[in-house]
Amino acid sequence: MYTFSSKLKTFSFVLMAVGLLGIGYGFWTAPKDIQEVEALLAADSHGGHGEAKHEAAAPAHDSETTHEVASAEHAKVATDKHDVKEDSEHKEHLEHVFHQLSNKPWAALYVACIFFMLLSMGTLVFYAIQQVAQAGWSPVLFRVMQGITSYLPVGSVIFFIFLVLCGLHFNHLFIWLDPEVVAHDKIIANKAGYLNFPFWIVRAVIFLLGWNAYRYFSRKNCLAQDESDDNSFYKKNFNISAMFLVFFIVTESIMSWDWIMSIDPHWSSTLFGWYVFASFFVSGITTIAMVTVYLKSRGYLENVNTSHIHDLAKFMFGISVFWTYLWFSQFMLIWYANIPEEITYFITRIQVYNLPFFGAVVMNFLFPILILINTDFKRITWILVMAGVSILLGHYIDFFNMIMPGTVGGSWFIGISEIASVLFFLGLFIFVVFSALTKVPLLPKRNPYIEESKHFHY
Amino acid sequence: MSNKVIYAIYNDDDILMDAVKKTRAAHHHIEEVFTPFPVHGLDKAMGLAPTRLAICAFIYGLCGLSFGTWMMNFIMIQDWPQDIGGKPSFSYIDNMPAFVPIMFEETVFFAAHLMVITFYMRSRLWPFKEAENPDVRTTDDHFLMEVAVNNNEEELISFFEGTGAVEVKVIDKH
Repeated sequence: MYTFSSKLKTFSFVLMAVGLLGIGYGFWTAPKDIQEVEALLAADSHGGHGEAKHEAAAPAHDSETTHEVASAEHAKVATDKHDVKEDSEHKEHLEHVFHQLSNKPWAALYVACIFFMLLSMGTLVFYAIQQVAQAGWSPVLFRVMQGITSYLPVGSVIFFIFLVLCGLHFNHLFIWLDPEVVAHDKIIANKAGYLNFPFWIVRAVIFLLGWNAYRYFSRKNCLAQDESDDNSFYKKNFNISAMFLVFFIVTESIMSWDWIMSIDPHWSSTLFGWYVFASFFVSGITTIAMVTVYLKSRGYLENVNTSHIHDLAKFMFGISVFWTYLWFSQFMLIWYANIPEEITYFITRIQVYNLPFFGAVVMNFLFPILILINTDFKRITWILVMAGVSILLGHYIDFFNMIMPGTVGGSWFIGISEIASVLFFLGLFIFVVFSALTKVPLLPKRNPYIEESKHFHY
Repeated sequence: MSNKVIYAIYNDDDILMDAVKKTRAAHHHIEEVFTPFPVHGLDKAMGLAPTRLAICAFIYGLCGLSFGTWMMNFIMIQDWPQDIGGKPSFSYIDNMPAFVPIMFEETVFFAAHLMVITFYMRSRLWPFKEAENPDVRTTDDHFLMEVAVNNNEEELISFFEGTGAVEVKVIDKH
């Protein structure tokens, strides 16, 4: 049995407390009205910084501002006087920046919230695949995976509350939730059959309930299998895992449209679902490796040897490359064809998010491929931890890149709101996962493949 | 000086593995082991050094990547930078995404083919090469260990008979 070290528990509470304070600070300092933004921009524009920022932000926000730009055009035609036009443009700009800045703490919270929830989802999918593939190496890690997925119900509840808050107009993350915007935007109005709050929230309920139901029953059967005298629970788990994987791949795709792609409702990509999947799948596998390495170093996993670690490292390596393949395929196809309605997505990211956009490729591809390609390195703990930290941070940045440009645009910054949100969810994640690990023995007793797994050697 | 070797023949890979371990423990020098299929762990038991073929492949891959990069840069950017469908050919990085499929394939091509050729050369394999199996059964269902004899013929024969060999032969090798 695992005992939650008091140091780690204190650490997770500190993370949560610091995170909460930072999140509160982020909301406290977000501008409350246009006047505050005006004062902010005036203070910013000393030395011409404000103008430069304005230029950069303008192309970033065409999806959000199409109707605003259209009304600006109207103003231009109606009044031929220069000062009036300039005045109205200035007002448009202020409103635009105000929306971005008031979105910022919400978006920071959203990125961290969805990242940690999907990370435990990635673990759950990996676990289901291991069950269905009847893998002989991984049963000694099943309890670790179940521990990590125990974050899923907690994360789902928080995430669902967040979605409801979006629907109640507490924030402006999903512009299609704003009837004002939809009324002026034909493209979004045409998608209203799919992008409307009731349908959207019902889909979220179905997905989250489906995933959590699998997690609940799979764990229950796995524990019942320990006490049983035949393999019926094992077979049950095999069946529900196979059904879950089918359910998952459909819901995952829709989930990625609903929760991430709809932030940019003027843009679409067909491989987006796979791309998002690869991102959180590799994060999930990396988390398994990190938690395993931690528990092993504390002496709790006597049956886990370097071959198990090596296998996890190979998965981290392989799926990192897979993520890059999808990242590049999505980028290159759109870059190559250069169709205006698609390319704006990447123009924003390259011009306004240059470092995070390409930095994510370095952290998620270049670094892991160079250090995890070596067989010996895959067994060395500190190298594995280094690669894992890079992959996890890199995929946080990846989610940041997917969500921020459509919500805060040019006003992005990795500051207190962003870091505090990550710290809060990290603390919660550590607390929930390691509490769950103390509940049951770390070694399944009578899994049919447990003996093979104990003696796994590569 | 006669150059005698012992051929100890086995018909089971487990017995062979045991025999290899015993032979190593007794400090007899194993010249070669012939098997009809890969025996897992045989190289470790014989104490063979690990292969460096993967390191070669990595370097070949880097060569391929460099070649692909150089080739596309020279042809598309330096030599004749045409405007083809509006693709930016001002600098390599401007048009890089279009070259990535080629760079990738060159990397794989070089890594794979040069590694295979390296393998052939290091293992001395080529068409019309004379086969080297000492006993034709080693390609079907027998395992053969070849050990050098240094004036200790009687001792070696009894040693290998003790390791479960189905046949022990002393051969004069030229």
